Amino acid sequence: MDFQSKSMRMNNARRTATNYFISGLSILATVLVIIPLIAILFYLIYKGASSLNLAFFTHIPAPVGQDGGGMANAMVGSGIILFVASLMGVPIGIAAGVYLAEFGRGKALATAIRFTADVLNGVPSIVMGISIYSLIVIRQKHFSALAGGVALAIMMVPTITRTTEEMLATVPHAIREAALGLGVPKWRTAISVSLRTASPGIITGCMLAFARVAGETAPLLFTALGNQFWSFKLSEPIAALPLQIFVYAISPYDEWHRLAWAGALVLIVMIMVSVTLVRIFANRGVLKGGS
Amino acid sequence: MGVGILVEDLNAWYGSNHTLQDINLHIPANHATALIGPSGCGKSTFVRCLNRMHETNPIARATGIVKMGEVDIYKDASPVEIRRRVGMVFQRPNPFPTMSIYDNVVSGLKLNGFRNRRILDETVERSLKQAALWEEVKDDLKKKSGASLSGGQQQRMCIARALAVDPEVLLMDEPASALDPVSTSKIEDLIFQLKSQYTIVIVTHNMQQAARVAENTGFFLNGKMVEFDSTHKIFTNPKDKRTEDYITGRFG
Repeated sequence: MDFQSKSMRMNNARRTATNYFISGLSILATVLVIIPLIAILFYLIYKGASSLNLAFFTHIPAPVGQDGGGMANAMVGSGIILFVASLMGVPIGIAAGVYLAEFGRGKALATAIRFTADVLNGVPSIVMGISIYSLIVIRQKHFSALAGGVALAIMMVPTITRTTEEMLATVPHAIREAALGLGVPKWRTAISVSLRTASPGIITGCMLAFARVAGETAPLLFTALGNQFWSFKLSEPIAALPLQIFVYAISPYDEWHRLAWAGALVLIVMIMVSVTLVRIFANRGVLKGGS
Repeated sequence: MGVGILVEDLNAWYGSNHTLQDINLHIPANHATALIGPSGCGKSTFVRCLNRMHETNPIARATGIVKMGEVDIYKDASPVEIRRRVGMVFQRPNPFPTMSIYDNVVSGLKLNGFRNRRILDETVERSLKQAALWEEVKDDLKKKSGASLSGGQQQRMCIARALAVDPEVLLMDEPASALDPVSTSKIEDLIFQLKSQYTIVIVTHNMQQAARVAENTGFFLNGKMVEFDSTHKIFTNPKDKRTEDYITGRFG
């Protein structure tokens, strides 16, 4: 009895120690993950915040040799390209994911789509730019916002498709049966029950894809090209924040370097704000509670 | 009102597994019929054949005739039409987690495009009263998620959901097996009241439950229906030796 209780106490002490050790490790890992993000953000603020002023948000770039100027056209341009990309990429990505999870189980076509999506996910973004350049830009004989949007849309699709499929796979089969048992057709069950149940995860996937392409420069170099002036037309070359940052960062002028830092800061804040906004709106109307 | 079900030469397969063999049976209207038998004997497959849920599994198929009133459900109607006439309650409560209690109850109507507010309101109240849940939830119909209720309440909500589409037949696949004794007795009381208006088929592992709620009982074994008779006869004077062995607890 005595020996037993003593050994149990020992075990207890060891378990507690192991528990602290593992908890400590995961906290450490979390901190290591957050440090780069915080560091980048602070460095951007340190380097870029001083160049931020009203003109930065309202003016187009100043000609070489002239002070001032801003990136208003690039911010609007990025917004237009990302809107076009999301308009195409999100529905196609989600629809493909729904097919994979709800209708394509065990079918050869589904396996092919899954494989293609994974390969597409690994295609370097510069290759995507060149491909769209030869497919759209050369045929249209000019660079355009539309071509940039298409390039980014194609980059968004695989991430969204795979996340949608994985999130739908976590929806219990019993919930689908509940809907089917009520005489709800299969397509309606897939959209109004499965997809709705999985929507928080799918929205996260869409935001990840959005955030990833929002900062892409390479696919835009050969498609949207960039523009020093205002442009709101899909058929014309358009400015984008990453392109403008790129152009300013490799320029020989100190003033432009400072503007590039400011542009990088604005880009990262824009991404953070849009991701947060979508999350807030997506959570509206969702009832809390239960499993 | 309920409708009788006539089953002739029903066979069902999962892949190459012949799970139901030559089932012949008449389930009378507005009565409760219990199906008993050991696990894996085919009782669940049988009820899933009655609303064509069986075929939602890609490797499953079924042959034979199932007549619901005058309608041969495998010939004269689509699975979707049949499932609107035949409600189903599953073993584990399966509320829609994103929906409020209200939306869960009328999900069968709303998901099929029905939008009339007044009728939806009435249906929610009627179905929840029928499922003996109204008093417990009437104040949080739209505030609480269906998944936030207790297990027994969830199951009664699932019964209300099935009743909301006004079915003629109610299939219950071990509806109380995941519930505590108090919730179980509530569900049994419900079945007792509902059978005057609906034809009820209940699969159960609990023989006392069959004896308490059902007029007729069928005994399934290894994919075949061994015996079908009034519940009283099955439990006091079964014709088949295997039925007797099962209900006296000699196997299964």
